[in-house]
Amino acid sequence: MKAILILENGQTFVGESIGSTRDCVCEMVFNTSMVGYQEILTDPSYAGQGVVMTYPLIGNYGVNHEDSESRRPWAEALIVRHLAPRGSNFRCEDTLEHYLVEHDITGIQNVDTRAITRILRKQGVMNGMITCAEHFHVGECLEKIRRYRVSGTVERVTIPEVEHYPGPGYKLAMYDYGQKTNMIKRLNDRGLDITLYPAHTPAQVILDGGFDAVMLSNGPGDPADCGDIIAEVKKLYDSDLPIFAICLGHQLMALATGAQTRKMHFGHRGANHPVRDLAKGRCFITSQNHGYVVMRESIDPNVAEISHVNVNDGSIEGLRYKNKNIFTVQFHPEASPGPVDTDYLFDEFLDMIERHKKGAC
Amino acid sequence: MPKDANIKKVLVIGSGPIIIGQAAEFDYAGTQACRALKEEGVEVVLVNSNPATIMTDKDIADHVYIEPLNVYTLQEVIEKERPDAVLPTLGGQVGLNLAMNLYEDGTLDKYNVMLLGTSAESIHKAEDRQGFKDTMESIHQPCVTSEVVHDVESAIEFTNSIGYPVIVRPAYTLGGTGGGIAYDEYMLREICDRGLNLSRVHEVLIERCIAGWKEIEFEVMRDSAGNVITICGMENLDPVGVHTGDSIVVAPTQTLANKEYQMLRTAALDIISALEIEGGCNCQFALNPESYEYAVIEVNPRVSRSSALASKATGYPIAKVAAKIALGYTLDEIPNAVTGKTTACFEPTLDYCVLKIPRLPFDKFTTASRKLGTQMKATGEVMAIGNSFASALMKAVRSLEQNVYSLRMPKLAEMSTERIREQLSVVDDERIFACAEALRRGITPEEINRITKIDIWFLDQVDIIIQMENELKQGVPNSARLRYAKELGFGDSLIAELCGSTRKEIRDLRKRYGIHPTYKMVDTCAAEFDAETPYYYSTYDVENEAIVDFTGKKKVLVLGSGPIRIGQGIEFDYCSVHSVWALKRQGFETIIINNNPETVSTDFDIADKLYFEPLTAEDVEHVVELEHPWGAVVQFGGQTAIKLAQALADMGVPILGTSADGVDAAEDRERFDEILRKCEIPRAAGRTVYTTEQALAAANEVGYPVLVRPSYVLGGQGMEIAYRDENIVDFMKIINMTVQEHPILIDKYLMGREVEVDGVFDGEDILIPGIMEHVERAGIHSGDSIAVYPPLHIDDKHKQTILRHTKNLAKHLGVIGLINVQFIIYNDTVYIIEANPRSSRTIPYISKVTNVPIIDLATKVMLGQKLKDLGYGTGIYPEADYFAVKMPVFSFEKLTDVDINLGPEMKSTGECLGVAETFPQALLKAFKGANMKVPKKGGRVIITVKDEDKGEALSVARELEDLGIELYATRGTYEFLTKAGVTVKMVNKMGQAHPNMQDMIQSGTIDMILNTPRRSKREDGDGWKIRRMAVEHSVLCLTSIDTAHAILTARERGRSEKLVPVDITAI
Repeated sequence: MKAILILENGQTFVGESIGSTRDCVCEMVFNTSMVGYQEILTDPSYAGQGVVMTYPLIGNYGVNHEDSESRRPWAEALIVRHLAPRGSNFRCEDTLEHYLVEHDITGIQNVDTRAITRILRKQGVMNGMITCAEHFHVGECLEKIRRYRVSGTVERVTIPEVEHYPGPGYKLAMYDYGQKTNMIKRLNDRGLDITLYPAHTPAQVILDGGFDAVMLSNGPGDPADCGDIIAEVKKLYDSDLPIFAICLGHQLMALATGAQTRKMHFGHRGANHPVRDLAKGRCFITSQNHGYVVMRESIDPNVAEISHVNVNDGSIEGLRYKNKNIFTVQFHPEASPGPVDTDYLFDEFLDMIERHKKGAC
Repeated sequence: MPKDANIKKVLVIGSGPIIIGQAAEFDYAGTQACRALKEEGVEVVLVNSNPATIMTDKDIADHVYIEPLNVYTLQEVIEKERPDAVLPTLGGQVGLNLAMNLYEDGTLDKYNVMLLGTSAESIHKAEDRQGFKDTMESIHQPCVTSEVVHDVESAIEFTNSIGYPVIVRPAYTLGGTGGGIAYDEYMLREICDRGLNLSRVHEVLIERCIAGWKEIEFEVMRDSAGNVITICGMENLDPVGVHTGDSIVVAPTQTLANKEYQMLRTAALDIISALEIEGGCNCQFALNPESYEYAVIEVNPRVSRSSALASKATGYPIAKVAAKIALGYTLDEIPNAVTGKTTACFEPTLDYCVLKIPRLPFDKFTTASRKLGTQMKATGEVMAIGNSFASALMKAVRSLEQNVYSLRMPKLAEMSTERIREQLSVVDDERIFACAEALRRGITPEEINRITKIDIWFLDQVDIIIQMENELKQGVPNSARLRYAKELGFGDSLIAELCGSTRKEIRDLRKRYGIHPTYKMVDTCAAEFDAETPYYYSTYDVENEAIVDFTGKKKVLVLGSGPIRIGQGIEFDYCSVHSVWALKRQGFETIIINNNPETVSTDFDIADKLYFEPLTAEDVEHVVELEHPWGAVVQFGGQTAIKLAQALADMGVPILGTSADGVDAAEDRERFDEILRKCEIPRAAGRTVYTTEQALAAANEVGYPVLVRPSYVLGGQGMEIAYRDENIVDFMKIINMTVQEHPILIDKYLMGREVEVDGVFDGEDILIPGIMEHVERAGIHSGDSIAVYPPLHIDDKHKQTILRHTKNLAKHLGVIGLINVQFIIYNDTVYIIEANPRSSRTIPYISKVTNVPIIDLATKVMLGQKLKDLGYGTGIYPEADYFAVKMPVFSFEKLTDVDINLGPEMKSTGECLGVAETFPQALLKAFKGANMKVPKKGGRVIITVKDEDKGEALSVARELEDLGIELYATRGTYEFLTKAGVTVKMVNKMGQAHPNMQDMIQSGTIDMILNTPRRSKREDGDGWKIRRMAVEHSVLCLTSIDTAHAILTARERGRSEKLVPVDITAI
């Protein structure tokens, strides 16, 4: 079936419908990873967004149950050049096409994904719509497209109830703003006993919970929209608990301590972003997915120091908080998809908890 | 860390002659690295025996030694040049081994020379079988169960403990030379014995056979700060079992999910970190398709064929970055030349699919076994880029220039479905075609996968192509179908053939529907950053990025030479690149079209624009329609480009220099004869024929022996000497196996001295930079002959005749630019053999030894300038006061079932040069460069020659005897030599009582064999066996008495003085 992608700037791309045929309006972003489409689709940070995969051959290895980063796909739409007729891999359980249908995710293929990417890169991230309608009015669609705004996404993606992932080690409270399962796996693998809390859990619950440390997860949307959450994060900051935060968590901590964030032109989404760890004096290739960034000039040097910088554009990739057991990163050390080169950060977190425990005793 | 200020002068070791397993990729890497070093103000000293390379140009390195690549040469060069450091990782396995030798023997220490990039310890850890195993174990990287052995019995014992089949891999050999899969003890004995002989350290690895697993490669880089990145992950379509050089390879990996991909990527980074490599490294893995189980197959701590492919596939200049890392820079300090904004510290991401297909030499070596295994056989490769696997595959197939433009092969189409099913289990270069044919017959991808282990994803993709074939067979396509066919990479002519139309009709239809290609940029970053690399590939997408800006410059299109194959080697890339440079200097905008990932010409900073596309009329036309070039250059791209001259002219693109008509005049027998008559140039009597009957009549008319060859070929393809009727019948049968559009030539064979010249003609004047004389008499292809400059035996009157003939010929053929003419001097008369109005394989070396920039002059002449204004004069350029000997180099040990005897059909894969003040010394250097071990006193030589050669063999035998060499001969030769008073022992022929010739060769006590083949292949069964056995046991085997004389000349007179390396920039 024919499908049309309409971009906010009025440009249209005619392709073929894949997945759901439901009309879909969302923010269009591109991801440059060559593998990991399933992890990307199921990353809650993509809530409210349609993902253009720059790699043209998608669906090659199908989908399986173990590679999902959350309970369902959260991306609103998938835009690909060619969808494989079926997956080929020893773990393959389903075709990507069927998976999209099953989860009612709208998609389009046979469009010039590189041209779309170039538009987003030059003109910045913009909204768009995919429709399979035979007759539609571009003007009306554009109105709808322009009106769209990603909002309330954290509320949508966070878990409704507390979940527990037992482990023999330290007790960790993790805020689920839209966490990826691999974060839990990486910490569980290190023995941590993890309790996962819904995004709006008051800090006091955590502070009273007898935890050894706190983890703030990644998540979707504009961090500045999360006013209530930021107030709770501030309380955590004021406690002496070791805290590690990733992506949205990193931005929320920055906002809670007086820094500011801004929306980026087209963001960082991919698996090849070089980041310099200033303490180590080395660069690491990281997995990234963010459209907002902490503004360098807004950081109070008495509060936090920059620990990681993006080698490509110099943007802030990590902060270490002064006189606190807190460090946060913009990128995704839990990878999935992408390189696991910064997995050492979980070890550093563990060391931090350990040191803190020893110091406390 | 910034650049190390102590490194002011660096020695770069090249990779030597082109052989199978070590081709143009090292010229590409070396050239890029040398330019990077010079960019940093480092003085570059280059040593390479291969004169056809760009890296040995004076403007690439500061000091150039075209010398044999051995420890002696390098010691001498180091002694003379006193470099601060040596860069060992650019010259392939040859360069790496030599650097290790220099390290081990203390030379580097003695002269205080640093080993740049990677330490000797790291090289040892990666290269030594046991060292490698231990290192991998220490970082928990699984290797395939294996054991290093030094004798056959240990190999058998170990194999009995792990079970057959096993893979035998000789240590320190190229492209897996001498390796193979053994399924039983008999095979193990044979392969192991051969492998031990070929290994520098007499060592082989016996390894559990994991044939059928996925083969995955990663190109990774590391700097001194420990930053590590992946450049490219690649997946072999052919599962483990086929050498990666012979496999169809795709980039990026296609069938790996993130988990498997990251698992292997991390493994590769752990390996390069553990080996502490500073530069690039290639890691090959085998991955069990049914689990996460994997094994490290091989690690190459240097640039390689795969790194060249990865560079072209991603746009990331690996060799350049490796050179800068070697100087001390870290990845984040090196700018990304593609984006100009970001640094080299990132991982390229692709938004297209890249596919490489090897170019195998079986069209040349029709008797060779087509089977593919662990021994690499390909001479070159093509790469194609598309936004789908299908389009990349179709483009790559078209680029191969094997007269196949789709996945259809007539000989497979004729087979029964049962035969096709059987064919699937044959692992050869045609397997992908067999898969396609199987799908056409309704055999399912699942069944094909069961037999071939090729991943179903690839087969599904091939099936998409087959489905389109079927749709097209239903008739002329509608707009949507035609667009989809084009998206899948179908050429217009293929579409026409399938739907019963003509190419022109499909082309017109396409235009009416507005279906035309758009070009996308290779930018390393999937459009995430603004890039300005002018490196494009075609798609049928919406947006065209190859924007044609008006620069005010005239545009010239230069056609490349496609894949490297026997007869069309790296020389043509040298010429194409120099032509581009010359045009740029003249103020033109240059556009290159080529499809060979190994070459300098496809580096994105050579031409102003690079289109990585097949070299077919249609693909070229698409570029022409976009760019509207002012002119096109075809005379530098070998036969590939020449063949497109007419098509370009038809498109209305002016051919610069010699016109398409001039090309035709040289190739068309009748027209050429007419010109010869007009110019009064004698040639051997000959006839043009089409059928066997005509051939027989013609041969008898001119008188045997005769030369038989198809017209319009390069490298003497299909050329043979016939001595009687039955030879003609045989040859015609072989020639007619492929469709002949052009006639076959029958010429009287004259056995005289062969001479070759290259000339530049401007319409009035000619410049001949140098005359080359062949050591072997006529009958051996010029590419396979030893050639000497300046000539030794040519009288001045003959030189003047050659000048006159060449000039006359050029004038009458309408040559503007280059002409290559081969003459034969027979009975004091200069006869012409052939003339080619284009560049030849001798241009690079003759440019270097004469100091005449031939391509630059030819290009200027093509643009209308006159020789008399160009500063190099006219006529024959003054001869140099030193000698240069060009020596052919062969790759026979890689190809089973190929006869090594030399004849009119070219067989060499490369060449090396010897430069010295005297002829014998130059000759000796050339022999050394070709790694031909000249027998010494006390050595043993077997002589077995045909009756006609016995007289001449006598003088060779006498000289050998004088040198104190022990002589053996088979009965006939023995009797002849004994009668003449030579002390010689008789040796039994193969198959006769032991000890016989076979035993002697196998025992390794023979240094050289002189065997001249009998006149007919049928009579020469024994000789064939001797020659093959010699090759397989690395025994020097000569098939021409002239070569034997040359060896003696070098042996006797070259030895008397010390061989001094010559810096050709200083002469």
